[in-house]
Amino acid sequence: MKIRDNLQISLEGLAANPLRSILTTLGVIIGVTAVIIMTALGEGASRQVTAGIEGLGSNLLIITPGRTGRRTRELGAAGSATTVTSDLLPVLEQELAREGGELIRGIAPEARQALTVRNASLSMTTNVFGVTPAYLSVRGYALSEGAFFTGDDLERRHRLAVLGKNTAEELFGEKSPVGEVIRIANNRFTVIGVLAERGYSGFSHLDDLVLVPLTTAQRRLFGHERLQSIYLEVVDSRFMDAAYERVDRILQRYFAEETAYSLNNQVQMLETLQSTTRTFTLLLAGIAGVSLVVGGIGIMNIMLVSVTERIREIGIRKALGAQRHEILLQFLFEAIVLSLAGGGIGILLGLAGSRLAAFFGGWPAVVSWEAILLAFTFALAVGLFFGVYPAYKASLLPPAEALRHE
Amino acid sequence: MISVTGLAKIYQTGRVQVAALTEVSFGIAAGEFVAIMGPSGSGKSTLMNILGCLDLPTAGSYRLAGREISGLSQRELAEIRNRELGFVFQSFNLLPRLIAWRNVELPLIYAGIPPGERRERALALLAMVGLADRAGHRPRELSGGEQQRIAIARALANRPAVILADEPTGNLDTKAGREIMKVFTALHQEGKTIIMITHDPEIAVYAGRVLYFRDGRLRRDLLTVNPETGEALTARDLLDRLHGEEDEGEKEEERP
Repeated sequence: MKIRDNLQISLEGLAANPLRSILTTLGVIIGVTAVIIMTALGEGASRQVTAGIEGLGSNLLIITPGRTGRRTRELGAAGSATTVTSDLLPVLEQELAREGGELIRGIAPEARQALTVRNASLSMTTNVFGVTPAYLSVRGYALSEGAFFTGDDLERRHRLAVLGKNTAEELFGEKSPVGEVIRIANNRFTVIGVLAERGYSGFSHLDDLVLVPLTTAQRRLFGHERLQSIYLEVVDSRFMDAAYERVDRILQRYFAEETAYSLNNQVQMLETLQSTTRTFTLLLAGIAGVSLVVGGIGIMNIMLVSVTERIREIGIRKALGAQRHEILLQFLFEAIVLSLAGGGIGILLGLAGSRLAAFFGGWPAVVSWEAILLAFTFALAVGLFFGVYPAYKASLLPPAEALRHE
Repeated sequence: MISVTGLAKIYQTGRVQVAALTEVSFGIAAGEFVAIMGPSGSGKSTLMNILGCLDLPTAGSYRLAGREISGLSQRELAEIRNRELGFVFQSFNLLPRLIAWRNVELPLIYAGIPPGERRERALALLAMVGLADRAGHRPRELSGGEQQRIAIARALANRPAVILADEPTGNLDTKAGREIMKVFTALHQEGKTIIMITHDPEIAVYAGRVLYFRDGRLRRDLLTVNPETGEALTARDLLDRLHGEEDEGEKEEERP
């Protein structure tokens, strides 16, 4: 007997009960689809986080309030603590001037809040950043038109604004906003510049923001002196460790408690966040994997029922000369065909589902070949594993007994 | 063709041992048409399973075409069922989802015959039992008699020397039963060895010889045709001969 004949018998067996065959594969389809979508979302999140951190700029040390990252390896409520204020800035400058100042090229504090920004009847809610002139170079922004704030603007708390590219387009369309007046939380600000396009960074849309002088923002808009971050640009990546040591010493002396601040560099943030997203991806894949196993048990269940239901058929086939391995192969092929079909359909649905999830979730989904391969192999393994027992059971039935079965 | 000596089959059900066959010995020559009779529980089905290599005896010897069966492996038994034996069952035992010729084809698949030849041979077999025009029908679309003829065509697929039939007319009306017996008679005339279980004396007299079983033992072994006079027994004669030496009480029960 040829394998081809065996396969045909199995396919006919499945075709004889199409609804049951479809319902059985459904478990595997859902499992494979889930594995692919989940890993795609996890991978997408991971890439987004990486891109976000890389988008911060280069050679940065980042001071944030509260304890996060590095030592505890967990993402706390970054930025929710209120320990870092503008008072820290002159201390930092003085201390660095005394020692280690040559390691730091620029210091860029940042205070932010989501506020309503209006131009006449057009309004939108966007992140308003209070920043200093150094912000532009430290964060790697460039101007596409107009000018940026000066130290003088900060000192006098001028009500000036520089718009991100998207914000400018939303409020002004094709028109140049430079020289126009916008209202931020009902305060009039004059637009003096527009930032060049930066793209998506993961944490936020880098083109979707309004920059205003830090002092103006704190006094007129936010009503407090708190800072969400202070970025320090190190002159060269070789000096990252030295700069870190120096800044950390300053901060240790400034803050009474160690948990009041965090000092991170991009590499550490990347490591922390990547290990988090890795855990996240594994968790998602694990959950999806469970559904795949459940799907496999579904196959086994149906195959067992199928064997019981067809004991008489097994008896007839044996009476007509079917060998034990031929019965085994018949049922095994049925299980494999079911799981392969489930795997194939699951992959297609997974690809489509990843796109849908990315489209509706606003979350990039990156389908990897490894995930597809893994899901498919797993589906096949599930079919083989859960198909073997019922098939083996079927092959062992003594023919005389099987024929008596009603 | 078939030689059985001291055959016994004991079933173990829990702690109770049930002897289905005890000390059965007989021989069947090639080309013989033998009916096996007996009340239910007499062991005739057990005997049929053993003769059909579907089951192995507990003790004794069974030789088929000179080959001892008791010592064979499952694999060899399956091969014998496939090539040397053809089965015809009371309930036809066709696979309901396969059309007629695909049912007939089954033993050929397991014999490793290539697909083209299988189809040709299956169709030829169907033509032989007069069902060429039913080749594409599923069993449930056919009458009982037609289904049984398909089963016979299937039994003949690998040109076995021995046909084993278990109550082949049991599920059929008298007319269809007679037609099936015509097919068996024709096969007998072609030289096939046929062993048939039946409880119906009308059917049994088609065979040349009757083996009568009771309580797992062979009680009668008689010819239905007198070899000297050529005179054939009627069904009534057969019943009288079978029950002639039984005690009166049982005789009354057995009589129709």
